[in-house]
Amino acid sequence: MDVNMKKLKKNAFRNSKVRGETASRIRIPGGVINAKSMAKIAEIAENYGNGTIFVTNRQGVELPGIKMEDIPVVNLALQEIIDDSGVNQEERGQGYPAAGTRNVAACPGARLCPFGCYDTTAFARKMDKAIFPNNLHFKVAFTGCSNDCAKVRMNDFGIIGMTEPQYDKDRCVGCEQCVKYCQKRSVGALSMVNGKVVRDTDLCIGCGVCVAYCPTRAWTRSKEHYFRLVLLGRTGKQNPRLAEDFIKWADEESILKIVKNAYAYVEEYIDPNAIEGKEHVGYIVDRTGFDEFAKWVMEGVELPEKAEVTSRIYWGGKRYDRSNNLK
Amino acid sequence: MGYVLKKEAFDQVIRELGKTYRIYAPVVKTGEGRFTDVDVVRYDFVGSAEEIELDKKSDYAFKELLTPLSETLFYFTENAVKEADKDPREALVFLRSCDLHAVKRLDQIYLANGREQDPFYKRVRDQLHFVLIGCAGSFDNCFCVDMGTNRSESGYVFSVDRSGEDYFCDVKEDAFRALFAAEGAEADVTPRYVTENPVHVSVPETVPVSIYKHELWDEYTARCINCGRCNFVCPTCTCYTMQDVFYTDNGRVGERRRVGASCMVDGYTNVAGGGQYRRTNGERMRFKVLHKIHDFRKRFGYDMCVGCGRCDDVCPEYISFSACINKVEKAVREEAADHE
Repeated sequence: MDVNMKKLKKNAFRNSKVRGETASRIRIPGGVINAKSMAKIAEIAENYGNGTIFVTNRQGVELPGIKMEDIPVVNLALQEIIDDSGVNQEERGQGYPAAGTRNVAACPGARLCPFGCYDTTAFARKMDKAIFPNNLHFKVAFTGCSNDCAKVRMNDFGIIGMTEPQYDKDRCVGCEQCVKYCQKRSVGALSMVNGKVVRDTDLCIGCGVCVAYCPTRAWTRSKEHYFRLVLLGRTGKQNPRLAEDFIKWADEESILKIVKNAYAYVEEYIDPNAIEGKEHVGYIVDRTGFDEFAKWVMEGVELPEKAEVTSRIYWGGKRYDRSNNLK
Repeated sequence: MGYVLKKEAFDQVIRELGKTYRIYAPVVKTGEGRFTDVDVVRYDFVGSAEEIELDKKSDYAFKELLTPLSETLFYFTENAVKEADKDPREALVFLRSCDLHAVKRLDQIYLANGREQDPFYKRVRDQLHFVLIGCAGSFDNCFCVDMGTNRSESGYVFSVDRSGEDYFCDVKEDAFRALFAAEGAEADVTPRYVTENPVHVSVPETVPVSIYKHELWDEYTARCINCGRCNFVCPTCTCYTMQDVFYTDNGRVGERRRVGASCMVDGYTNVAGGGQYRRTNGERMRFKVLHKIHDFRKRFGYDMCVGCGRCDDVCPEYISFSACINKVEKAVREEAADHE
């Protein structure tokens, strides 16, 4: 059997323990898929796989037990799903053109969740359109609010929804529910002064809990949707760590540009000897220093006036390459 | 006398009226709902017919003009007190039949409940005229028919029913006729009203004292989160509380504020010494429900609830006021049967 495994993997098929078998990796940007496509996925799993579907951590699905010789016919069968999901493709009928840049994940967001500050799926799809296909190993994820149900802080680029609470004091009866819920469910940025609510604008994380609990519409959401961009979290063997804040009160356009810019940075600085051309962005930044990274990603980015940018990021996390000692 | 007006003509009428009156009507507030990219329909002053929401039930009631959520009544310093200024212009308030019936309840509490009339209420109330919005059909959770508030035959200066591009207006007030006659054609117009709601309630005629201790309220202790949204959207809830505020720069100057209150929210029954009469949400629900369908009637001869169903629309825990009325009625029936 003569199979180009490098090519197979870039075509979004997996290396399997079982000789001669592979698994088809299906992208579901934004985590939403039409039921029709899901039925098609089930059909492919039945016809070419082993009848099971693996739901991945990044909201994709993988169909194991596919014979390597069936890859061309599976790719043809995938076409309907690829068309339906709007994922960029290079050649029709040839399946996915890359696998390095991972599925762009999203929490349910404002389509469903009462706390979601924006349509996470729509933004995730827009991001996928902008960055896929690409063989570089990038993980981007979207979450609707600071609860971070999508765990975007374990990604290279995490986008967290924010709203700027708008206060109409003439509609406020001083019931103090916003103060209570901000204290209990968020950061405690609200306090009562002379019967009205005062918001600590530094402490406020823009989660919108006050808006959700206000019984009179004294608190409403800002017309603009804002975002917190967190950078270079990761799991893994060497130095797993959570992403740290880069910008708050950012806008959609800037975030798209920053992530796109990061590809040029990685192409410039990636370890030329990286195994399978795969190196987490964060390790590259550890090498070049944050300032160089920031210079590249902020190229041509014009942030809105409201946005606040951190001057330099220092990450934490365990350094297993230095010590595995638990004491 | 009725008139049929085309859209432009109705616009013109509103523009003309706007020269004399402030026009207060349900308005779609884009993105100002509780959730992201969700609208809310609430009252505001409008400058054109376009802004008036005639098709949806408003989420919040017209009462915010009469009993503002937050209103400075007067300012004080040393020996002087000054009443807060009010817009002197009269106002036209667009509302549906249930809400027009609610005006009677508000008047009852603020103007005819004891010897004194509330002067702050009265000075606004005296400025108001009502415009009846007809109802082409029942909205979700409405139970106006069973509460007898589905129809209003008086109490409004004119009515409006839109059908396609035509606006049907029943003009009751002579002073308004010339304006409508100039813009529209005479016709027989009866404001549309609902004769059947999907939701029905049976309000018990009397409620025995034993109901106060009935276990039916326990359910609400577990379900209700005492947010008070039901009270703030209710067109007949009249409770308020006072805030005496002393300005921080000069503690000898301040204002007295009247703000909306809710019998569901913490603090409502707090008294000096730390007492609290109704601690559980079930007790609060009992107080609210019996006030709306029993206690008010005992005092004034008719029910306070008008069956608009806004409390059901807004409840985050899907607690239904109408369902509760029916639970009370069933409990009353069962208690009566036990005593026979």
